[in-house]
Amino acid sequence: MPTKLIINCETGEQTEVELTADEIAQREADAIAYEKQRLADEELAAEKATNRQSAIAKLSGLGLSADEVAALLN
Amino acid sequence: MANTYTLIASNTVGSGGSATMAFTSIPSTYTDLKIVISARTNAAEYRSVPVLYFNADTTGANYSYRLVYGISSTAGSASGTGTGGGFFFYVNGASTTASTFSNVEIYIPNYAGSTAKSISNDGAAETNDGTNNGLALNASLWSGTAAITTATISFAAGLFVEYSTAYLYGIKNS
Repeated sequence: MPTKLIINCETGEQTEVELTADEIAQREADAIAYEKQRLADEELAAEKATNRQSAIAKLSGLGLSADEVAALLN
Repeated sequence: MANTYTLIASNTVGSGGSATMAFTSIPSTYTDLKIVISARTNAAEYRSVPVLYFNADTTGANYSYRLVYGISSTAGSASGTGTGGGFFFYVNGASTTASTFSNVEIYIPNYAGSTAKSISNDGAAETNDGTNNGLALNASLWSGTAAITTATISFAAGLFVEYSTAYLYGIKNS
């Protein structure tokens, strides 16, 4: 059973207790929410990378050198 | 400029590991709070992301964040509300170099005030391997208007491993 380490700032007392059912449920909800956000962030990053490569290809097609493209994008 | 910097309490994880570290009964006698974390998890990944709750408020919509991050050679940004209820910073996972720990600092100004609380944090997962480093800079808001009396740092998966620490400092402006 996962535990919770608690320190009471008023008394300095440190205790370790097992997570309650509610806390375990919250932990599971957090895992789901975080995974959802992580996947969304990764999708956004991938989309940005794809768009960047597309922009580079189009600029190169217009006759810009690699250095000129880099100057525009960086 | 703050002229005091007082250690209120510290938490050190024992040999069994722990899913959560919590500071309770935080006094309202300071102006700002600072939490300094050195931690590692046993989750099989390079970077774990803990969530931070105040006053046992686990309502995700009450927390929002603006995050800039760097992972290896990739930089990015993210923002949102209601994700896991807390704030984003990285903690070393079990896939990083053995015995390396992350460094995280969380600053909470005006924590005892009656308005929403702004929080800034920065953290780096120090892997010593040159490729899987992670850095996060974050500005967050907790919409709670009560004074912060409890801060809970928790992992959705995995445990804080032994020797992980969290230090809570109080800072006064006079």
